[in-house]
Amino acid sequence: MKGSRTKERVVWTVISIFVLVYALFPVASILATSFKEPSDLTSGKFLPTNWSGVNYEEILVGDAQGLFLSSLWNSIGIALIATFIAVVLATLCAYAIARLDFPGKKLILTTALAVSIFPVISIVTPLFNLWRTIGLYDTWPGLIIPYLSLTLPISIWTLAAFFRQIPWELEQAAQVDGATTWQAFRKAIVPLAAPGVFTTAIIAFFIAWNDFVYGISLTSTEAARPVPAALAFFTGASQFEAPVGAISAAAIIVTIPIVLLVLLFQRQIVSGLTQGAVKG
Amino acid sequence: MASITLKNLVKQYGDGYPAVNNVSIDIADGEFIILVGPSGCGKSTLLRMIVGLEDITSGDLLINGERVNEKAPRDRNLAMVFQNYALYPHLTVFENIAFPLRLGKGKHTEDEIKRLVTDAARTLELTDHLERKPGNLSGGQRQRVAMGRAIVRHADAFLFDEPLSNLDAKLRGQMRSEISQMQRRLGVTSVYVTHDQTEAMTLGDRVAVLKKGVLQQIASPRELYEQPVNLFVAGFIGSPSMNFLPATLEGGVLKTAIGNIGISVDKATAAEGKRVVLVGVRPEYFEDASMVDDAKRPHGSTFTAELTHTEWLGNEQYGYINFDPDPEVRSLLDSLARDMDADELRPQIVVTLDAASRIRGGRPAELWLDTRRLHLFDPETGENLTRDAEAGAALTEEANTARAEEIANARGREGANA
Repeated sequence: MKGSRTKERVVWTVISIFVLVYALFPVASILATSFKEPSDLTSGKFLPTNWSGVNYEEILVGDAQGLFLSSLWNSIGIALIATFIAVVLATLCAYAIARLDFPGKKLILTTALAVSIFPVISIVTPLFNLWRTIGLYDTWPGLIIPYLSLTLPISIWTLAAFFRQIPWELEQAAQVDGATTWQAFRKAIVPLAAPGVFTTAIIAFFIAWNDFVYGISLTSTEAARPVPAALAFFTGASQFEAPVGAISAAAIIVTIPIVLLVLLFQRQIVSGLTQGAVKG
Repeated sequence: MASITLKNLVKQYGDGYPAVNNVSIDIADGEFIILVGPSGCGKSTLLRMIVGLEDITSGDLLINGERVNEKAPRDRNLAMVFQNYALYPHLTVFENIAFPLRLGKGKHTEDEIKRLVTDAARTLELTDHLERKPGNLSGGQRQRVAMGRAIVRHADAFLFDEPLSNLDAKLRGQMRSEISQMQRRLGVTSVYVTHDQTEAMTLGDRVAVLKKGVLQQIASPRELYEQPVNLFVAGFIGSPSMNFLPATLEGGVLKTAIGNIGISVDKATAAEGKRVVLVGVRPEYFEDASMVDDAKRPHGSTFTAELTHTEWLGNEQYGYINFDPDPEVRSLLDSLARDMDADELRPQIVVTLDAASRIRGGRPAELWLDTRRLHLFDPETGENLTRDAEAGAALTEEANTARAEEIANARGREGANA
């Protein structure tokens, strides 16, 4: 019994290490590359010969600054607004789905699912034409609206699943304890729903932040171009120089907010706050 | 402290099905009322109507003589303990108990809240757990936190919705006696919903038996047990349940599948004119004929029957007799079983025998039946033909007096301690 447990542990450890290496090696490689000097790029070594910040300098204060910083600003703004709108709408929608019984409930969920599995690439071209006609092309709303179509379905699904687990009896208990309807919602339900809303917001933010197809197709200038699209427009110092170093540095910088978010809200994301409210 | 009056309460859902149908109950100040019945009988709905979580379709609900039909739950000043406790998982035990106090903004100072919560915690032996979260507590402790939230705010009445059904059997017994003692000590009006007979019989001053939303009988546990108003109450109260035996009445003698039973004149008169009656006999009305006192023997009748098997339990034993009823009676028994949540009522008689009895299954045995205590039921209406309303009322009156005394004693002790 004990032997098999140790064995099981070893197997799991090996699998975990394998998955970690598989997932993190590219990131480590990009990180190393971002510190290489241009001449060092083709050295074939994993680590840079000289650690240098020249790539970061270039995108933050150098030639590529205009391209990178404006796109960073676009990305942050567009992703945050899209996330906010998606979470607010999805919260209302999921609340209704979890709490109320109304005709068409199933239809909403299936439609949301259908939208989320719809291939993005097939609507990009019509959207491109439509946006140009109505003047949304290369604007923030022009990206926020399609991002909502990506973030809303998944937000509705995760939140509806989360809200279903909330013991709504608590709301009634609070009312009997002397709370108004609003107090009951705010003091008993919101603290329980918050982790779910947080998690959903983070997932939605990731989706909007990582999008490339809409970003490259529906923008043309720095007015709205997000980082993933902007990376494709980086050029080297001369036309014979590949911009690999600068792209790596930019990739690392856009990864940082995601890592920070996950670290900060780790507890909310994995939270088992609803445990203990009811039996079990 | 409050009295609660239910006047012709009706709860009808959208499809027109009445979950609660014309229920009237007067609950006196300090009384412990149990609502009991099989699942789907409307007992929980009735409780939720009292507390205000369900709308009242028609009828009046009065608390202390004041109509509260339209009042929101928070304005009724009632406390409720939910089946799965409904504790706030993000708050500590202290904050859970303090929750109702904090809602009344400015009503209590911080010191007052602290004092009230620690007092309640001491009563419930929760002092050591005040800083823990509900998730880390055992079932019994969670249950006590839920009670703490109720007692801390001096509500007019306590409502319990099957509060013990999530606990294991041993803890249930313990919590049952704690609830009972607490109720007596605080002398607070309580309404308690359960499907468990033991809880109903041991806790209640009066027990209301409901079936399909209709109140069947409300009386003290003893009256329900000894003078049930109809077949349903008779069969629902008591474990093992009452035996129902079809019989024809001929000149003061009941002809049944297990033999002839002579009954007293007044019982025979009550059932006069009925071709077939159902004889209701509790298992303990039977006895091994050889073990009956000579003084008692003339009050009953002796017959011979063959037991299929016996079960020895230490303090007593159960014997089983099979019989073959008419198809007509059989369908009646089946529908009765459905009403009581059982699959089918087997045409079987359970008898309780003295633990020392040598009667064993498979052989004919002499049994004695106490005919004074059996009841005759009308098989069509289910009505108890031999119910002695006066004797029943006397039993309930007795229970009321006992309750008043207990509360007075408890308050006297409280006064002496303070």
